[in-house]
Amino acid sequence: MTADENSGSLLKPGRLRTETAVELIELNKWYGDFHVLRDINLKVRGGERIVICGPSGSGKSTMIRCINRLEEHQGGQIFVDGVEVTADLKKIDEIRREVGMVFQHFNLFPHLTVLENCTLAPIWVRKMPKSEAEEVALHYLTRVKIPEQANKYPGQLSGGQQQRVAIARALCMNPKIMLFDEPTSALDPEMVKEVLETMVALAHDGMTMLVVTHEMGFARQVANRIVFMDEGQIVEANVPEEFFAHPQHERTKLFLSQILR
Amino acid sequence: MSMAEGDLAVAEMAFVRRATIAPRRPPAAMTGPIAWLRANLLSTPFNIALTVLIMLLLAWAIPEILRFLVIDAVWSGNDRDACLWTVQHREIGACWPFVWERLPYFIYGSYPIPQRWRVDVFFLMLAVGVVWLLWLKAPRRDLGAIYFFIVLPVVSYILLTGWSAIGLEPVDTVLWGGVLVTIVVASVGIVFSLPLGIILALGRRSRMPVVRTLSVIFIEFVRGVPLITVLFMAGVMLPLFVPEQYSPDKLVRALVGIAIFASAYMAEVVRAGLQAIPRGQYEGAMAVGLGYAQMMRLVVLPQALTVTIPNIVNTYIGLFKDTTLVFIVGIFDLLRTIEVARIDPKWATPVTSTTGYAVAAIFYVVFCYGMSRYARAMEMRLAKGGRR
Amino acid sequence: MPSDLPAQPRPARVVFYNDPKVRSIAYQLVLCTVVALLVYGAARNAIDNLARAQIASGFGFWNQTAGFDISQTLIEYSSRGSTYGRAFWVGLLNTLLVAGLGIVFATIIGFIVGISRLSSNWLLAKAAGGYVEIIRNLPLLLQLLFWYNAVLKALPDLRESIVIPGGLILNNRGFFLPLPVLKGGVGFFELSLLVGVGGAIAFYVWARKRQERTGQRPPVLAVTLLLVIGLPLAVFAIVGRPIGFEFPQAGRFNIAGGIEVLPEFVALLFGLSIYTAAFIAEVVRAGILAVSRGQSEAAYSLGLRPGPTQRLIVVPQAMRVIIPPLTSQYLNLTKNSSLAVAIGYPDLVQVFTGTVLNQTGQAVEVVAITMLVYLVISLVTSLLMNLYNRRMALVDR
Repeated sequence: MTADENSGSLLKPGRLRTETAVELIELNKWYGDFHVLRDINLKVRGGERIVICGPSGSGKSTMIRCINRLEEHQGGQIFVDGVEVTADLKKIDEIRREVGMVFQHFNLFPHLTVLENCTLAPIWVRKMPKSEAEEVALHYLTRVKIPEQANKYPGQLSGGQQQRVAIARALCMNPKIMLFDEPTSALDPEMVKEVLETMVALAHDGMTMLVVTHEMGFARQVANRIVFMDEGQIVEANVPEEFFAHPQHERTKLFLSQILR
Repeated sequence: MSMAEGDLAVAEMAFVRRATIAPRRPPAAMTGPIAWLRANLLSTPFNIALTVLIMLLLAWAIPEILRFLVIDAVWSGNDRDACLWTVQHREIGACWPFVWERLPYFIYGSYPIPQRWRVDVFFLMLAVGVVWLLWLKAPRRDLGAIYFFIVLPVVSYILLTGWSAIGLEPVDTVLWGGVLVTIVVASVGIVFSLPLGIILALGRRSRMPVVRTLSVIFIEFVRGVPLITVLFMAGVMLPLFVPEQYSPDKLVRALVGIAIFASAYMAEVVRAGLQAIPRGQYEGAMAVGLGYAQMMRLVVLPQALTVTIPNIVNTYIGLFKDTTLVFIVGIFDLLRTIEVARIDPKWATPVTSTTGYAVAAIFYVVFCYGMSRYARAMEMRLAKGGRR
Repeated sequence: MPSDLPAQPRPARVVFYNDPKVRSIAYQLVLCTVVALLVYGAARNAIDNLARAQIASGFGFWNQTAGFDISQTLIEYSSRGSTYGRAFWVGLLNTLLVAGLGIVFATIIGFIVGISRLSSNWLLAKAAGGYVEIIRNLPLLLQLLFWYNAVLKALPDLRESIVIPGGLILNNRGFFLPLPVLKGGVGFFELSLLVGVGGAIAFYVWARKRQERTGQRPPVLAVTLLLVIGLPLAVFAIVGRPIGFEFPQAGRFNIAGGIEVLPEFVALLFGLSIYTAAFIAEVVRAGILAVSRGQSEAAYSLGLRPGPTQRLIVVPQAMRVIIPPLTSQYLNLTKNSSLAVAIGYPDLVQVFTGTVLNQTGQAVEVVAITMLVYLVISLVTSLLMNLYNRRMALVDR
């Protein structure tokens, strides 16, 4: 990807090559003897927004971390935009360039300014000149509504601001798919809204998103599908209206009764 | 795997699982010793080379150590002839008869033989005190503190130096040596450095400028100079500063130097502990009307000291090792007795020195490693207690 | 009515001995008096005792002739002409030499061992761990005595010296290394070194600017190696090899030529380096562990490869945590070099607090000067460390 290709498509997410953004086929993973992911099958089309929920320990975070190879799977296959995720380092690099991730604890680089956080990867991975990278960074910082914080350090920002910077940082690489690992779980309640609003705006721009979260309001608003996981397997999946109104499986009903008030 | 309808996940919108998937064992290649070997030792060519290198090193080092300490070692004999190489026995290992014969010297120094029972009593009392204080489930540990910091020093002093009035023959400190001296020096350091360190730490945090300045000067001065110079200062300058008739003996001078040095380092450790106590504790204590001394004694210090026990023990490990420096000012600690013994012509062989150092090494490793295991156990305990 | 205002309640008059301010002043006055009395008493006794022993006072001894030899001198010194003051400088330089080299070696070994402890290679991690545990639990003095008596003194004597190809001779009198001899044309070589280093720096700066402008990163590592190593080597060959070596030659009773390195120096250097490296390894390990895994995960998820991740994200954060305790260890090493007195290496303590004190008897002055030197080193290092900390502190709200 050269710099030119990037500057033209600043406003829209990168274009997918195939129709299927992410495909998990019979995905299995073990931590030692513990079977953490069991026979996962999932197909995510381009532009879809999938919300993944479930009790803690159900393997939801592990599943999406397998997609960009932060975790290794031992059984089954994972395809990202047609490219299989294996131990091949070149393929892994390729995939990680096109998949962005937002973490529960933000993981901003504390020794760099907000702007530097955002320009780091474009400069060192996409080999962009500094001025262009900064332009892109400021654009996305404006999108997440905190351009004035560009020269501050992460330690000086609130939790909600830090998470928005994390989103902007991931967006600066112009990813085709965004993964969210419980993005609001570590935030104080009054800051959850600003981050969710950012994610809703992202969804409306057509970004393919896989979001692990407990925020059912967000799911209702934006998700195409809700996937419920428990004990390492997908238990139920449906469109939000049906999922909340008519849960089928016993465990889904139990879970919903616990989290919806 | 069979795929029944409803078990199949499709890219359709709705899906409900009919049958729960039971957990399975991981594939064979993942677990078991072969997989572990592959992951940990042989994952990259570089790793393989490293593993081979280290195994070669261990294959040389471990048999060599065993050979020296056990296989080729000499276990009985009367003098150097036993430990020299002969035509039949060309490779000689450790000269253990040297150790057996000199062991009393290593432990008691030149303490008169009929009085050595007093040293044994001292060791026993010390062990009791240590266990009482360190074993968290021991009863009445506050009494244990009084025993360790007040009763023990006084009784040990009388016991070891003697008091003719009660029939204990006086023994000059010049005769003390070996493990006795090492333990005495370390114990004095430990017993005095904690209270003095607490006073200095409180002084450094005081709001009275004179107190604070004096504490800071003392602490930074002592911490900035090598222990050797403090021992020299105590050794040569202490007799100058007191009137002639009170001139302290050599051991006392070294003890003063060690106590001063250890207190300064302990002060910093205690200070860190005091800083870790939230302001709320101080405020709460003051709010219920406790005076300064009571607040410190009942609320702040117990918490501060508990929090820094691992650091305190680490400082003690350092202190224990530092006791060897009294060697240089002429005190016969364990290391010095070994130095004296190893050049004894009666036992002059090429292996005597290494044997002597091996004995010292075993002694120190046992004590220091023991202390550090205790510190780590305490650390884990405290971490567990703190987590909600 | 004198005034319409209600009577203002007056604060109760505190009895003066309960007023905390008064008490505080009283305590401090008492403390000052006690300290002053102690100091006065000590001084009086000292003066009396010194007079009785007929020991001089003052610093006149500084300019007296020393009259003793020192086995390693980095500057001009002779037992007949040099003063005690000169002996002081010789000792100080020896201390700085062994401390400086010790710091370099300890850092290298310590970093390697510390990083090895975190390796995924189980054997390597355990081996490094074993090293740290054993070395840290043995007194430094014991290790020094072992190196000196059991290793260096046990080397064969002159006639059966160990000869290492390349010009190294080892025996129980010391290590003998080749002495570099500068011949004509060496100026070009020195110039090429300067040009090489300067050029590498200039290239680095230019490469940074170029990357900012265009995004392309020129091959900094390759060019640096070329300039700093390749260029001087080329000049060295072209100018006709202007640095020769005088190799030590083993004679019958002596070794002629070459540099003689005292076994005391070698033992002290080994002992200090290996001992301090164990502590540095722990500091390095703690520093690397202090950087949370999430940092490298975030970098990977952005597409950064492990190399740039370590360089740009992990190492800068780790160094912030490592550097303060690292300087502490450097200070410890410098102070520990005073153990030279136990094996006879002529460092500051051995020469000054040892021989000079014995000869002049002026304990107070000599010990005070020695302590002052170490104090200055400690305080200067602390100051620099505080400055560094203030600059590097991560900005918080």
